[in-house]
This record gives sequence, C-alpha cells and structure tokens, in this order.
Amino acid sequence: MDKIAELKKRAIETRIDLIKMIYNAKAGHTGGSLSSTDIIVALYYGIMRFDIHNPKWENRDRFVLSKGHSVEAYYAVLANIGFFPREELASYSRYGSKLIGHPSTAVPGVEINTGALGHGLSAGVGMALAGKMDGRDYRVYVLMGDGEQAEGSIWEAAMAGANYRLDNLIGIIDRNRLQITGNTENVMKLESLKDKWTAFGWEVVETEGHDMAQLIDTFSKLPVVKGKPHLVIANTVKGKGVSFMENVAKWHHGVPSKEQTEKALEELNEQLSEVINE
Amino acid sequence: MSDVIGVSCRKAFTETLLELAKRDKDIVAVTSDARGSVTLDEFAIQLPGQFIEVGIAEQNSVGIGAGLAVCGKKVFVCGPASFLSARSLEQVKVDVAYTNANVKVIGVSGGVSYGALGASHHSLHDIAVMRAIPGITVMLPCDAAQTRKMTRVLADFDGPVYVRMGRNPVPDVYINADPAFEPGKSNLLMNGSDIAIIGTGETVRHALDAGLLLMKKGIHARVIDMHTIKPLDRDTVIKAAEETGHIITVEEHSIHGGLGAAVAETIVQSKPVPMRILGIPDETVITGTSSEVFRHYGLTGESICKAAEDLLMVG
Repeated sequence: MDKIAELKKRAIETRIDLIKMIYNAKAGHTGGSLSSTDIIVALYYGIMRFDIHNPKWENRDRFVLSKGHSVEAYYAVLANIGFFPREELASYSRYGSKLIGHPSTAVPGVEINTGALGHGLSAGVGMALAGKMDGRDYRVYVLMGDGEQAEGSIWEAAMAGANYRLDNLIGIIDRNRLQITGNTENVMKLESLKDKWTAFGWEVVETEGHDMAQLIDTFSKLPVVKGKPHLVIANTVKGKGVSFMENVAKWHHGVPSKEQTEKALEELNEQLSEVINE
Repeated sequence: MSDVIGVSCRKAFTETLLELAKRDKDIVAVTSDARGSVTLDEFAIQLPGQFIEVGIAEQNSVGIGAGLAVCGKKVFVCGPASFLSARSLEQVKVDVAYTNANVKVIGVSGGVSYGALGASHHSLHDIAVMRAIPGITVMLPCDAAQTRKMTRVLADFDGPVYVRMGRNPVPDVYINADPAFEPGKSNLLMNGSDIAIIGTGETVRHALDAGLLLMKKGIHARVIDMHTIKPLDRDTVIKAAEETGHIITVEEHSIHGGLGAAVAETIVQSKPVPMRILGIPDETVITGTSSEVFRHYGLTGESICKAAEDLLMVG
C-alpha cells in the first residue's frame, strides 16, 4: 500500500472511531469532526514532526485545534498514533474522563486547551513567536472553522502573524460551508476569505480538504513565501464519509441513533475495503 | 505616613521585571499599545527580543501570552486592568487558567486609578471575576517595595496569576526594602485584638492610617495586608475573627465579590462575627481623582476609623 493509500485508510479508520465515540457518549460534534478528519490525519501521519515517546520534545511541530469541537477526530488520531491507549477512546465524555468534549492538555499530545472559538490562532502566534525567539525550526498548525471566522479575535491574531512575519505559522480553515444555524454565507457572509486573508498579509493557498494526495502536496510545499504566515483554505464537506450526514447542518452536533450508527459504520467499512483493495 | 508620596507600583514592577529579564531570557513582556501606560518603554528599548507588542488587541495579548507560555516562556502580559479583566477575560479563563499556562496577567492602573476618565477605565469588578476562575492566583501589591518583592517571587512562580496594581505614586507601607511576601500568606502590620482591619492593594495604607488613629483613641486594631486574595489566607482571617471579634475589610473594588466577600465567605462558615465591607457601592462611580473617589466612598484612614468605632458600638 502506498503512502497516500495508507493515509486514506487511516482517515476512514478515524471516522469509524469517531462515530463510535459519539454514539457511545451520546454527544459530540459529528459533522465538523468528519470534515476535519482528512486534514488532521494528513498532518499527523504525513507532515508533522513529533515524538510520541516524548510529547514535550521542544522541537516538535505544534498543532492547535481552534475549532475545538472537532475533538473526536483529534482524540482518535492522537490515540491511534500512540499518544495514549486506544481503549481510552471508549471513555470519551464519560463521568470523570480526561477525554472532555473540547481539547484539554490533560490528554497527552494536546498543546493548549481550546473550545471557545476564535482563540487558537493567537495561541499559535505565541507558539510561533517562541520558536523564532529560541531559534527553533518547528512549525505551528492551527485548524480553524469557517463559521469561526466571524470571531473578531481571529483578525487580531491574523494581523500579529503578518506583523511578526511568522513563516513558521500555518492557519487552516476547514471550509465546509455549514455552521450550526445553516450556510455560513447566510449566517454571516464570509467571502471572500481568500481576499480577506491576503489583505491581512497572509499567503493564501487553496486545496481540496478530502483529497489526501493534494493535502500532503499542499502542506509539504509550505512555506511558499519566506517571511509570511500561510493560510490554507481546505474545501471540505460537513459530515464527509457518511452519505446521510453530508452537507446537512443538523449533523453539526447531531448524535446518530443505533440504526444510523450501523448504517454509517457499514458505509465507512465499505470505503475501507475499497481502499485496501485498490 | 500618608502624606509621603513614593513610587508607583507599576514603575516598581517594570524596573524589577527589566532587571530580572536581563538575567533570564525566557522572561517575555507582552503588551497592547500600553508600554507607556505600563511604563515598559525602557524594557522595550533594552530587551526588544523579549518584548511583544500586539497593538490595541487585549484578547490577542493574552492568547499570544498563553502560546508563548506553553512553549516555555515566563510571560507577563501587561495592560490596563480595566481591559485585561474584561475584554480578554475569556482568554484569561480558557487559554491561561484552564490550560494552567505560566502567564502573569498584570493589570495596571486598576481600581479607580484613572479617576475622572470614568467607569469605562475603572476595574472594580476584576477581583470578583478572577476569583471565580479555577486555577488562578489573585494578588494586589500595596507599595513599591512590596511590588518589587512580588515581581521577584512571580518570576519563579509557575502558574497563572492575575495582579492588579495602581497607576499613581503611593506612600510606602513597608520601610524594609525586602518585605516578606509569600503568596497566600498575609502580612500582619499591627497586632491589636479589639478589631481587625483587612486591606488589599492601595487600601492597605489607609487601613494602617486607621489603625494608627484608633490607637490614639485607645483602640487596638489588628491591621492585615491581604496581598493575595486567592488563595485567601483563611487561617489568619479566622484567627482575627476569633481574637478580635470584629472585622472591617477595605478595598478599591465593588462591595460585591471582592476582598470583603472572600473574608465574609470564610468567617460565616467558621467563626461569624460582626463585619463591615468598605468598598465602592453598586453605582456609577462619582467623577473625581482617585483620592477624591477614595474620600467620597469612605476609604481613607479617618472614615475607616469612624467605621471601626461604629462597628464596635454595634457589636
């Protein structure tokens, strides 16, 4: 199996895990986790530098999940890659669990607590500044939501990233075009995101957020311009991978029934077989 | 004592921080177009590599501070208390306190320091809101010597802290240049047993003035400098209730949720005694300089002395 096929397989396995986590917990953010899955898998399995045996390694690349509600995909990847035992995923959202419904540093591999939208990019700017101060060459990846772009604090951080010429900072927008109320352009017009970020001094790159080969190719080439932070707009589908969840806003935090879970897992297992047999 | 004008706490803080940062490259100061207001100009000139300006963006200053801290920096985010404790409160709550990031949030020109600039610039809610956030220590230094000592202590203190200090020069409370400063352990300034007067920040010297006035009248007050409001020095508060039977708290803060509330919550559950909470009432603050505002609301030595006499009559 080649590298890209391997990553595709990992992404489907992550989707299977997160559907099970949400079904078990009877809570979660299904749609956004499914749209973020390929991006997180591409970064952790194909791009980022880290040491699972030494999660605090000073020269590790940093990942911040600013759209903290996509936490199920994040936890599943962290467990599958070895930051903590896979069995712990079953405790997601359970009484006393460290696997809380938004990322917490109680979970090995998580850099900073998030969940309140619009915070992650500022934290990423701080991490990138620390890297420059210490002469380290690590990168900082911040995954944001598209609905989250309405938060004013993101634009404070955007200004700072460009002001400090942070070419070690990569912002990513999971552009699935749906937020809890509905279409992002109807709730609060965001477009043109590319023009806005460009105007704020960022180098903007667009990519297909579910095309693993394209994701790896895009991230591998960064930074394309020295002295500028980069913003990757990843065009995605909310609920990606489960037919009846795709492009339906109610799956933002919809929890599947037993029958829906079985159907979702059936679809994902079919996709898994296809990738394995490719 | 109250007539002698000394050095402002903000100046004592920034001078000390600069000394410390010259020896420790991990100390970083972050500010939001407030280097002048904080008195960080010299720090910015001498240590540009350890100084981050974010422009007028208080939320970003705290978020960036948290990001720096989780990468090993000892971060001091500095700006007016009014904005840091309100505009960026969520960043303090989530990025700093919840993450347990090693960030010191330094709110300068706190309370009614800005005087006639009005309620937008006052921070009379900050102790209340910070006190309700798990994991963050809350401190108010009372004079320059204590601020210098506190700053040295904070440089080695690993964890989130909110500090509120004033804008204007303040008379010395501590004659000793190196006063005791242990987080969570109050300082005893007068050891009477008729009544306890507990102050914090710039009200401490007014509490002390009241103690001296009472002494002339034959009343022996116990005067306590509660420089750390959270965690509160419960043992000292309970002991004061037991041994004096009367407590007055004095704060440059709303009478809701601050020092008085913290003391009351403690004694009402252990040793209830008659008590008065002196502070700013629940109203729009009267226009005036900070000293005029202090006088207007009875936060100066004479008024505190009068409140003490009244409480002793009642209780």
